[in-house]
Amino acid sequence: MQNRTRNIYLIPYALWIVLFVVAPILLILYYSFFDIDGHFGLVNYEKFFTPVYFKMALSSFWYAFLITAICLVISYPTAYLLTKTKHKQLWLLLIILPTWINLLLKAYAFLGIFGTYGFANAVLGLFGIGPKQILFTDFSFLFVSVYIFIPFMILPIFNALEELNPSLTDASRDLGASPWTTFRRVIFPLTIDGVKSGCQAVFIPALSLFMLTRLIAGNRVITLGTAIEEHFLVTQDWGMGSTVAVFLILIMALIMIVTGIRR
Amino acid sequence: MKKKIGANIYLIAVFIILYAPIFYLMIYSFNSGGAMHDFKGFTLEWYKEVFHDTRLIVIVLNTLVIALLSSAIATIFGVLGALAIANARSRRTKNMLLTLNNVLIVSPDVIIGASFLILYTLIGIKLGFTSVLISHIAFSIPIVVLMVLPKLQEMSPTLIDAARDLGATRRDVLTRVVLPFISPGILAGFFMALTYSLDDFAVTFFVTGNGFSTLSVEIYSRARQGISLSINALSTLIFLFTIILVIGYYFINRKSVRPNGVGMRQ
Repeated sequence: MQNRTRNIYLIPYALWIVLFVVAPILLILYYSFFDIDGHFGLVNYEKFFTPVYFKMALSSFWYAFLITAICLVISYPTAYLLTKTKHKQLWLLLIILPTWINLLLKAYAFLGIFGTYGFANAVLGLFGIGPKQILFTDFSFLFVSVYIFIPFMILPIFNALEELNPSLTDASRDLGASPWTTFRRVIFPLTIDGVKSGCQAVFIPALSLFMLTRLIAGNRVITLGTAIEEHFLVTQDWGMGSTVAVFLILIMALIMIVTGIRR
Repeated sequence: MKKKIGANIYLIAVFIILYAPIFYLMIYSFNSGGAMHDFKGFTLEWYKEVFHDTRLIVIVLNTLVIALLSSAIATIFGVLGALAIANARSRRTKNMLLTLNNVLIVSPDVIIGASFLILYTLIGIKLGFTSVLISHIAFSIPIVVLMVLPKLQEMSPTLIDAARDLGATRRDVLTRVVLPFISPGILAGFFMALTYSLDDFAVTFFVTGNGFSTLSVEIYSRARQGISLSINALSTLIFLFTIILVIGYYFINRKSVRPNGVGMRQ
């Protein structure tokens, strides 16, 4: 009896899983073996390891790493100080609120701020530095990415800090540890899970968001995501695009194993 | 004391950086100067332009229709999915279903978009309204499942046993006991699906083809052409709409459980 009910619920859901979860991954894998002329083989994989693609992948990694590191350095103190404020839930809500605003609009705002006559150059002008090209540089890409991802780093760290038992830090201080030692030996190790999920939430999108590179970085920065979009929608080389996608999936799986699956 | 001041300055700086670009965008939507610098004077011209742009209004309507339809359908599938997971007999099946469920949540949007594009081309679904709708349903289902599942797990099995003992049919148990109990989760799931759909750009961008467009795709193509203050005006309107949605969401959410981290969207 029980068994039959379960099957009825399972049918539409299983259908969804097969069609939209399993099939797309298999299709990506399948297409990655076809080159642009439709020949089956490992051509795309060989191409991926040529300097052009390999360098692109490495630089994408490097940027994602930088973005994650900068986010962490800014977010950890922010999260820590937030837990010390009076109305912390309200402040946290204010940190989360910008994430509800479409990413494109935030990127667009920076087109104005970093523009030749924009706010950033006006500030530079006050210090006697003439207008500089800020938009379409590596710097603008890093800045805007960090800006967009900071809340995603703060939230998990904040949650981890909230779970931390305050008597542990008190004990550490009573036993004579300096604030820095307390942080290094007690607080940080106990909140490492939050740091890990924050890094996971930043690193993967930093590898894959193509609209940021398109809008803010011009064609100066090419991430794995940009490469996939380029191959699928511009050059129509779906095979190569799929190959890059396969690597992105592998990297994603690797990161999730390293940082521990917590979702 | 000195330390406290330093801490406050740091926090205030972070908040300023987080909000300054958004306000910058909004303030210049009232600039009569026509650019995102040199504020010349106050005007509502750009808002007028937005409301007179019939193409844009059609796109807004498309976006809303897609969002409402996809989240309604995704909610039905998601509730069935949550029931299927909750009723799974073995732990292994349960975990496997949950893992498969979460694949689309953690996958980057480019991969979802690209793989759906291949899928539709292969099955022969024409790119446009249908493909966008199906995609939005597909990526919203796992979110609904995650919102409904905690409610189902919270529910005591004795409730169902009691209903059965009192002579309720299986259908009655579902519609009179289970669904009312999990309704806050269903509502929260619908709401999250709605915001995911409204916010999505990358997946839609891949599967939209020519001729059909949603708001985020339109904003992207306009922003790529450079600055136009009507985008600022539109952004301000969307911003206000988002705030209303968020307030609505937190209002609903006060009554239901929210799994950690799902309350945000990239």
